[in-house]
Amino acid sequence: MNFTPEELAAIRVSLVVAGRAVAVALPLAVAVAWVLARGRFIGKTLLDALVHVPLVLPPVVVGYLLLLVFGVMGPVGGPLLRLFDWRLVFTSGGASLAAGVMAFPLMVRAVRLSLEAIDPGLETAARSLGAGPVDRFFSISLPLAAPGVLAAAVVGFAACLGEFGAIITFAANVPGETQTLPLAIYSAIQSPGGEATAARLAAVSLVIALAALIAAEVLSRRARRWIGR
Amino acid sequence: MEGLKVDIRQRLGGFSLEVAFEAAPTGVTALFGPSGAGKSAVLAAIAGASAPDSGRIRLGELVLFDSATGVNLPAERRGAGWVFQDARLFPHLTVDANLRYGQKRAKGRPEVASFDEVVEVLGIGHLLPRRPIALSGGEKQRVAMGRALLSQPRLLLMDEPLSALDAGRKAEILPFLDRLKSTFPLPILYVSHSLTEVTRLADRLVVMEQGRVLAEGPLSEMLVRGDLKSLAGRPDAAAALDTRVASHDPERGLSRLTVGGIELLTPIVAQAVGAPARVLVMARDVLIAADRPGRISARNVLPAQIEKLAHRQDGTVLVTLTLGAGVSLLSAITEDASHALGLTPGAQVWAVVKSVAVEGIGASGLRTLDD
Repeated sequence: MNFTPEELAAIRVSLVVAGRAVAVALPLAVAVAWVLARGRFIGKTLLDALVHVPLVLPPVVVGYLLLLVFGVMGPVGGPLLRLFDWRLVFTSGGASLAAGVMAFPLMVRAVRLSLEAIDPGLETAARSLGAGPVDRFFSISLPLAAPGVLAAAVVGFAACLGEFGAIITFAANVPGETQTLPLAIYSAIQSPGGEATAARLAAVSLVIALAALIAAEVLSRRARRWIGR
Repeated sequence: MEGLKVDIRQRLGGFSLEVAFEAAPTGVTALFGPSGAGKSAVLAAIAGASAPDSGRIRLGELVLFDSATGVNLPAERRGAGWVFQDARLFPHLTVDANLRYGQKRAKGRPEVASFDEVVEVLGIGHLLPRRPIALSGGEKQRVAMGRALLSQPRLLLMDEPLSALDAGRKAEILPFLDRLKSTFPLPILYVSHSLTEVTRLADRLVVMEQGRVLAEGPLSEMLVRGDLKSLAGRPDAAAALDTRVASHDPERGLSRLTVGGIELLTPIVAQAVGAPARVLVMARDVLIAADRPGRISARNVLPAQIEKLAHRQDGTVLVTLTLGAGVSLLSAITEDASHALGLTPGAQVWAVVKSVAVEGIGASGLRTLDD
């Protein structure tokens, strides 16, 4: 298949946007999942609800809310621009933010399920053997939750690749910067004679998705063997 | 070093725990009682997994918990090695890494057990490269004991470590527990509802029921008290005697054991001459004679004084007999026999024990009581 430079740019942007979003969101998702799975505090229900909001809101609304908060005049976006000269709207980083926020609840759920499946007795045992809370997390909980973390990464990556509404609202459709595969396919369909491009990019989407799924299956089998399950 | 002193009160749902007892600095103290007596809750409080409402827990000079001064040492800093019913080995680590988990985190506590010694005593050298999933229940429990010991604990807490195993596996592990107890110099608190395990392993007994301590003291004394339902009320009530092997007589097929100036004949025991041997004598195997019997097949006919008569629910009488200083036996007889012989406390009688009824435990096989 011969890709045009524009199509190659869309593939590259997609991988970069999704990869960066997962890299930043995954540790956060693990932390939040840990707090939700093990923590007992006032406001836990509220945190749980907040995390899940992107799952139930129309993506365009999420993009709009991000514009309000992270826009150049927003309460977070303003200071970021003034202090660090860092603009998120209409940039590749902004596309990652939008995609990451949308994928976040799915990632938290995957990690939380695997954390909750760990026998709390193992942590009691680790504690009696002299391991403090941070030590226990890294030596027991995180390794045992590895399959869930892996699943979260894959699900998150796939969700980021597929994100449309939040990205186009917050980061716009800038070729080579924020135009991911779905946005490029949409643009191709809109323009006369773009059918071939749309078909090629759809095929690429399918290949990436299948590759991610197969890689996830292989890795999770290995992770399960590694943790002795 | 002093032993463990516990004096705590704790409400757990509808259950109230109110216990005070001591454990010796070395040897096995058993918390004995039926399921639901609160034994495991006591262990959890000592380990620091739960905080009592009030009271204090001291280990020698070290205060683990004191509600009056607000001391509540975090579990990870108590140095309480904890062996659970389910072994709770870390599934993602090899046996070797499981064993070293606590060792790495021992934080400068004096060494009570070296890696090689623990592996040797528990016989787990061949398991080191394996994952927990590839171990049998008995092997898992041995590794769990090793892991707890290698954390160089100040005391060892064992929560019914054999209860999840079948009889065969139990018999397989008991010898390792004997060796563990005699090798490593630290207090061991052993929770169990099994009289078999307790009579075999314990030096001291704390009898619990419904969140309270009914009695505590040396095992041999507790067994012959006659007033503790969970011990004396059992059809297999028995006395334990800590004897020494005086001689073996292979021709007659007998061993001579001595305890407190008393001599007992038993079928040959496995222990060497001079070695300690704990024997169990079941109450139903001891006869009482008012006059010295003449020619009789029982090899042990011993002068005794009646100390106590306890009437049991099944209509029998449990008689505590004193043979000498600190040496007592139990005898279960019918109410009728008690009347006929006119038994009263202080009366001089003869205790008749068949030598085959004196059972060595420890080195020779497992004496299984009706658990």
